[in-house]
Amino acid sequence: MSTLTKKKSHEPLVHLVKRGSLPSWAAWLIRLAAIAVGFTFCGLVAYLLIAEGPKKPDSLGEFFGKFFTSFYDGSFKLNAAAARRYNRIWEFLRDMAILQCISLAVTPAFRMRFWNIGAEGQTLIGTLAAIAAAFYLGGKVPEGLLLVIMLLAALLAAGVWAVIPSLFKAQWNTNETLFTLMMNYVAIYVVDFFLKIWVPTDSSLDALPHGKLPVIGNNYLFIVLVVAAVTLVTFVYLKFTKHGYEISVVGESVRTAQYSGINVKKVIIRTMLVSGLICGVAGFLFAGKDNTITTTSIGGLGFTAIIVSWMGYFNPLMMLFSSALVTVLQRGRVTQTFGVKGAYEDVFVGVVLFFVIACEFFIQYKVVLRKRHHADGKEAAK
Amino acid sequence: MNPWLNFAIESLGFGAIFMYGATGEILTEKSGHLNLGIPGIMCMGGAGGCLALCLVGGLQLPGFLVVLIGILGAILFGMLTGLIYSFLTITLRANQNVTGLALTTFGAGLSKVLFGTMDHTVYLQFSRTLFRQPFAARSDALQKLGILFYLAILVCVVASYVLMRTKVGLRLRSIGENPGTADAVGVNVTRYKYIATLIGAGIAALGGFYSIIDFEASQEAYKNLEEYGWLSVALVIFALWRPHMAIVGSIIFGFLYRCASQLTQLGGIFSAMTAQSMLKMLPYVFTIAVLIFTSIRNKRENHPPASLGLPYFREER
Repeated sequence: MSTLTKKKSHEPLVHLVKRGSLPSWAAWLIRLAAIAVGFTFCGLVAYLLIAEGPKKPDSLGEFFGKFFTSFYDGSFKLNAAAARRYNRIWEFLRDMAILQCISLAVTPAFRMRFWNIGAEGQTLIGTLAAIAAAFYLGGKVPEGLLLVIMLLAALLAAGVWAVIPSLFKAQWNTNETLFTLMMNYVAIYVVDFFLKIWVPTDSSLDALPHGKLPVIGNNYLFIVLVVAAVTLVTFVYLKFTKHGYEISVVGESVRTAQYSGINVKKVIIRTMLVSGLICGVAGFLFAGKDNTITTTSIGGLGFTAIIVSWMGYFNPLMMLFSSALVTVLQRGRVTQTFGVKGAYEDVFVGVVLFFVIACEFFIQYKVVLRKRHHADGKEAAK
Repeated sequence: MNPWLNFAIESLGFGAIFMYGATGEILTEKSGHLNLGIPGIMCMGGAGGCLALCLVGGLQLPGFLVVLIGILGAILFGMLTGLIYSFLTITLRANQNVTGLALTTFGAGLSKVLFGTMDHTVYLQFSRTLFRQPFAARSDALQKLGILFYLAILVCVVASYVLMRTKVGLRLRSIGENPGTADAVGVNVTRYKYIATLIGAGIAALGGFYSIIDFEASQEAYKNLEEYGWLSVALVIFALWRPHMAIVGSIIFGFLYRCASQLTQLGGIFSAMTAQSMLKMLPYVFTIAVLIFTSIRNKRENHPPASLGLPYFREER
């Protein structure tokens, strides 16, 4: 008996308790703190890496000043020339809108726990279809009609690209994460294939003269308006329609969905079609914006979008914040400010994301330290 | 040497990059963790190995020590990068897809930054002949089958043996299938998951290092690593989660991918430029085909680990 009581307690030092509910202001406070800590940590990392650069700052304080300003400069700084005064802000809005659009595309599938990580390929194939339309029909049909054809082509191509994995998922439960991932690379080489047909001798396709997006005041507003509309439509679709409800039920539990008479296969295919169509819109915007295509046109935004969507709790309106945050990070001008080379922006995006990912844990769980007296007290009472 | 034989040997060497990446990812996935950060880890492994070589560059150390330091540097950086993933997904139960993708963004970015600060003449020139033993003196493709190539095959075989024939492997596989059951029979799930993901990261890191220091041996090599990383992830499916199958798969992948870039030298058979992109697409198409085929046949042993991608929280059982 005495050996039993003397045995070391195996109660762990800390244990985790799921929080009942955290007031939303507290959750937001934790998130903001995580972002702030993440930014500061980025600064420290950059300080260590930049230490030998040509524009090395004198002190840590000066460094941090310049460091944070570089993010402001990248997205919000006003230009000296009056004509292009707000260009930076507009460019920021455009980049944010495009990221938001792709993030919207992956969201319906994610809400159903269908891990569609193929937005990169779906968007790229949409861009390809739109560019193909502009390449073959440019100049032969009126400009307005051409844009409509480009949009339809992009929607069709991206829709097909997204539906293919979903058919197999619905029919044979094929792993969708790996399938959609592979489809990205198939798309890249399809683009490569067409580029070699269109420009056999040259390395890249020159910007096409036709199929430019309409100019509303400036080159950016059209994209922003389109994405704003898509955001609203997606929000309403997910929140207030029967389709949206079915998606949520399938996401919660496939069995529940089947029991309540939802045709799960149909929902999977339909939702991926919606995902693909939104990717098609993004692809159309890429095509109209650049008027050309390369295998890296999307530049990894399809992957970033997944993170943005997750950070926004798969809620189209919340995602506005996360896409703005990521865009600010990506547009930071640290390399220019400190005269260094390299993909610093990617490092910062990564680091801030790690902190945001980690902070979600502390929003969901409470860490409880082991109480020493508790166990001892009981024994003393005996 | 016969150009065809030369080409065959070269694609064999190229495949070793995927052997490392795929074996690392297989170990990780067998513990139930889909690590999409493998491309980032491979990039960081390459950077870490080269950084270690830069540090010892001027010291005139004996050859085997230089090789060892390079390998350890790569493994260390790979594991440190992998540790971020392990901590976030195992201890903090974060979403594995999101964490993995963030890790790839981070790792690929940071490796580019690190390579920007390194002098390639230091890490490449003095070490190339050391890593390319025993065929360093040859001028054909055989020179690329250096120490790290044989190590890749060894790693695949050992990993396969451990997974399929030992108690540790059995426990690891049981965690990947159902962590709750494994926990109930007394397996320390968290420890196994950490060890599997970290060793997996260390192995994958060597793939990046091999590509830079031996196979491509150029200052531009690091730019391709991310794509090779994704090919490695594809190879895991192609190999049906078996490391020894990864050897076969990587030879096929290496052959197809190399075919594309060697077309002009070989001449004749696939002369059309467009065939290049088709050939490069083939590994991915094959992988999709395997994925579909195995899901239709629905044989248990060919499936991904059942708990792949799902976080395990003991108190939620």
